[in-house]
Amino acid sequence: MENEQLDPARADAPSPSSSPSVTDAPSPTPGRTSLTEIIVVTSGKGGVGKTTTSASLAVGLAKRGKKVAVIDFDVGLRNLDLIMGCERRVVYDFVNVIHEECTLKQALIKDKRFETLYVLAASQTRDKDALSKEGVERVLKELAEDGFDYIVCDSPAGIEKGASLAMYFADRAVVVVNPEVSSVRDSDRILGLLASKTRRAELGNGPVEQHLLLTRYNPERVAGGDMMGVDDVKEILGIEVLGVIPESPGVLTASNAGVPVILDDVSPAGQAYDDAVARLAGETRPMRFIEAQKKGFLARIFGS
Amino acid sequence: MGILDFFRSRPKNTASVAKERLRIIVAQERAAQGRPDYLPLLRREILEVIKKYVNVDPDAIDIHVERDGDSEVLELSVALPERSPPAANADSATREAAAGEA
Repeated sequence: MENEQLDPARADAPSPSSSPSVTDAPSPTPGRTSLTEIIVVTSGKGGVGKTTTSASLAVGLAKRGKKVAVIDFDVGLRNLDLIMGCERRVVYDFVNVIHEECTLKQALIKDKRFETLYVLAASQTRDKDALSKEGVERVLKELAEDGFDYIVCDSPAGIEKGASLAMYFADRAVVVVNPEVSSVRDSDRILGLLASKTRRAELGNGPVEQHLLLTRYNPERVAGGDMMGVDDVKEILGIEVLGVIPESPGVLTASNAGVPVILDDVSPAGQAYDDAVARLAGETRPMRFIEAQKKGFLARIFGS
Repeated sequence: MGILDFFRSRPKNTASVAKERLRIIVAQERAAQGRPDYLPLLRREILEVIKKYVNVDPDAIDIHVERDGDSEVLELSVALPERSPPAANADSATREAAAGEA
């Protein structure tokens, strides 16, 4: 029975030894056939920051000289183009490429800031059934042949077709989670799917490497006892934490401007994304912005 | 915590409540994940059959699929009511377990 398969990644202890800690040196993921790494950014729950994260990861990797394509899988509700600031340059989209209405080259939108960064927008007019497994595979293969180092797949919310196709071909997964009950539960569901409903799982090519990215983190509320902390979420979900993005006004101003927040090096969120990208690339960086700011004398007397 | 906060009622630690609730639900859902999806229907039909003979409580049937190495065991346990008129010699809460390779 297919759905009874014992998935190896989930069966063992909370910290699977198969997923190396973020401090490990970069090693090629076992079972990879090409040099292109496919990263899915997913979460189950909506509104937790998947698109913000996809945009920032893609920009961060491109900033390091890597050739990166970021693909919006949210057919019918595209938004990555807005966050990347290229919404007025969308002519052809992912669905057009899949249906062979244009070439991949025509649909890839070259970023104005980074030479090696390309955006593939989702269709705004079709529905989710416009995507097919074969079509997605063909596009990913073509990108790999084109010499892309990374393909970032921005998953839609939910567990339907768009989301399952976004994760199906992934080598690594960044699971975006808010320290809040519904988001954590949905993330656990997604981790289960990553361990069973992906090409790696089906072919027995080793598990999809899973990373947790906490967003909208509020260290003050964690200190005050009304928000779960990094360790709480890590303990429940049992996977390594790639980064913690603090709740920050910079995220909204960045999306207003169409400039991924990682490019705002003043904002704590931008800096935290930069750390996360560095860890994704194999560097070791200490976690920042997870401790509550020490209050001054006056603030302590009068509260805040 | 300032002087002004001191007089306000202290909220209890909701983060630990959240963590505890999640711990339970996540464990439950992970356990349910490998389970075949016909179990609820199987459970209901078995209950209907048993009800023809004994008036059991709908919650008295427990079905589990357990993995034992390569094989799977379907475990069914039915708690019979304390005094069941049709089956006079039945002891209180007899548990029957039927095991078989699934």
